Formats: sequence, structure tokens, C-alpha cells
Amino acid sequence: MEILKPAMAGTLESSDAQVTVEPGNGKIQLSLQSSVMNQYGRQIRETVLETLERLEVQSAKVTVVDKGALDCTLKARVECAVFRSCGQSAANIPWGGAVR
Amino acid sequence: MIPRPKPERFRLRRTMMFMNAQKPGLIKDAYIYGCDSIMLDLEDAVAENQKDAARFSLYHALKTIDYGDTEVIVRINGLDTPHWQEDIRVCVAGGADGIRIAKCESANDVHTVEAAVEKAEEEFGVEKGRTLLMAALESPKGILNAYEICAASDRLFGVAISGGDFRKCMQTVFQPDGVDMLAARGQMLVAARAAGVQCFDTVFTDLDNEEGFRAEVLQNKAMGFDGKSLINPKQIRLVHQVFAPTEKEVIQAEKIVRAYREQSAAGVGVFTVDGKMIDIAFIPGAERTLKLARACGMYEGDLV
Repeated sequence: MEILKPAMAGTLESSDAQVTVEPGNGKIQLSLQSSVMNQYGRQIRETVLETLERLEVQSAKVTVVDKGALDCTLKARVECAVFRSCGQSAANIPWGGAVR
Repeated sequence: MIPRPKPERFRLRRTMMFMNAQKPGLIKDAYIYGCDSIMLDLEDAVAENQKDAARFSLYHALKTIDYGDTEVIVRINGLDTPHWQEDIRVCVAGGADGIRIAKCESANDVHTVEAAVEKAEEEFGVEKGRTLLMAALESPKGILNAYEICAASDRLFGVAISGGDFRKCMQTVFQPDGVDMLAARGQMLVAARAAGVQCFDTVFTDLDNEEGFRAEVLQNKAMGFDGKSLINPKQIRLVHQVFAPTEKEVIQAEKIVRAYREQSAAGVGVFTVDGKMIDIAFIPGAERTLKLARACGMYEGDLV
């Protein structure tokens, strides 16, 4: 998917993460802040990058502010932000396909 | 990925707790409270501009979190909104046990949802008929059409009344003795029993009013409800206590079921237990008591 416009999903509440995506310059630039950076920083980064790869996002500036979200929440927030950026978040989501 | 067992249409549902599907902090550990069912909400608890985000969050929760024996129902948005079709797709794809139809007013509403569920089951390769339905009656018209709604589908396991909206329609407010909703509760119960489905009461929203809550739950039990919708985990214990059978009822039920099995094996249809006439008509009630007793930790035998 191509990131067309800036979009955000998620909140700064505990157990959640706020993900922002913006059009990139040909690669993925990930900036991550987390309340559990020392323990889980690497895993969070991997989950975010894997999710972007599954959605075939190749160029984007991605900002994640994590408040101790589980992997399933991180995935949900990244996906929602990407689909919102393409104006496709409201219907016909490929559940079980690219979103899984 | 957590494969959930095939949902049972008629199971114990004393407590059904609402949870905002958009809040990860809530849905990740909802099963630990011990309610019979959780109701992940895509409707009123989710702001209009977060409906999409709630679905992503719901999908991954359904696929990732092991809810164990807790039933997982999803409340979808009303049929008068642009959201309900995608809500149904995500519920079926994620493998929710059931879908609660908000603001249901007719058998036709049930059929509309059923058709969309069937289409989604086909799309996502889910066994046809797996996804159960329940209907929320929130308006006078829904109550008047309760019977046709209850009898509308083999997937439908029960109906629930939704007090907030209903009281608004009736131009009344909560009354401690329940007189505000007495007729509606009664009519819905009669319709549900006539159609052979379950019946659930509305939420009690004043969390600090413990006496009021107890009175309402006692009345629910006396009227014959199967269970109650809840908004807070601290309400679960009381409902389970009130809905539990007494020890005497459990002993009696056990005697009846045991005697019935022995007698019918010997070719006898009607007999007495402790001086009371018993025939096949008493068996479903007695078995229900034993199942309830088992769920409450009061019965460990092998009759049910």
C-alpha cells in the first residue's frame, strides 16, 4: 500500500500505542518511543516492521509512541493508520489476508 | 492464533459484561473476571470516528487472546448506520461466538443480519451456521414484535432488553421497583419462552447503589430471566450468587434426574420422588438446575 497522506491511530492510554504514518522518501523510517523500551524495544520494532511489510508499505515515515501495548494491539494500530492514510479503513478490509 | 470451539446455542449465560472493543487495556484480560459471556462493543461505546480502529483492534483480540470458556459476543452497530456490514465481516472473520443485533425491531432485521453473516461465513471459509445471533430490543416496536424476532432464526439464542433507549421511548426513567419496564420485561419473557430462546435483562448503571442492584437482580430471577447484562466486573459475583440454585433444589434435581433415568430404562413413564409426581416434563428443568449448580461449583456428579 502507498502512504498517501498523514494518518494516525491509537491513543496514549496504558496498554495502547499511538501510531502515525506519513509519506516517506522511498524507505521505512521508524521512530519509536516506548514505556518499556529496555525490555521490549526490539520486539516492538520487529512487530511494526513485519506488519508494514505484510501491508506492502515500502515508503513511509512511521512514529510509534508505545504505552505497553501487546503485539496484537500494535498490529491493529499500525494497520488502521495505514488503511486510514489510503482512505480505505471503513470497509472491505482483507481480514485474514494482509490483515492477520 | 486461538481456535475457538464451536459455539453452543444454549449454554449458561447468567452474566454478559460489556467491554469497549476500542480499548486494548479492557479487552486483553476480560476473561479473568469469570463472567459467562463478554460483549465486545462496536456500537455506543465507540466514537463515530473510531469505528474503523475498533474493528482492527477487535479482529486481533479475537485471533490472539485465549478467552477460554468465556463466550465472546460482539455488539454491532445498528442497521441504520453505514457500519454494520463491515462489523459483521470482522466478527465472522475473527471467529466471534455470536453477534448482538442492536435496536432490533422485526424478524426482517434478524433476517437481514443473518443473510450478511451467511455471506461472510462463505467469504472467510467459516462453517455455515457457526456464528450465533442475539437481538437487543430497545424500542416499543421491538417489544411488540418480540415473538417474531425470537422465532426468526435457528442461529438466534436469545433476546435482551436495553433499558436506556427503551425508557427514553416510553418517556419514563428508572424506578426502583421496576414498574417502568415491567410490561416490556414481561412481554419479552413470554415471547422468548414461547419461542424457546433465552432472555436477558438490561444493565444497572448506578454502580454505587448496591441495594438497588440487588433488588433488580432478585426481581430478574423471580421473573424468570436467564441472565443480565453488566457494565462492571464488580457486578458479576452478586448475579452469580442470586442465580445459583439452593442446595435443596440441587438435591431434588439430582434425585429427579437419577430416578427418571432408572425408571425410563425400566419402561416406567410416571413415578414419584419424595411423594411428588414426576414425569418427563420435569426433566429439562431439573437438568437445567444441575447445569447451573455445576457452573456455580455446587455439583460435581455425572448426570449432566
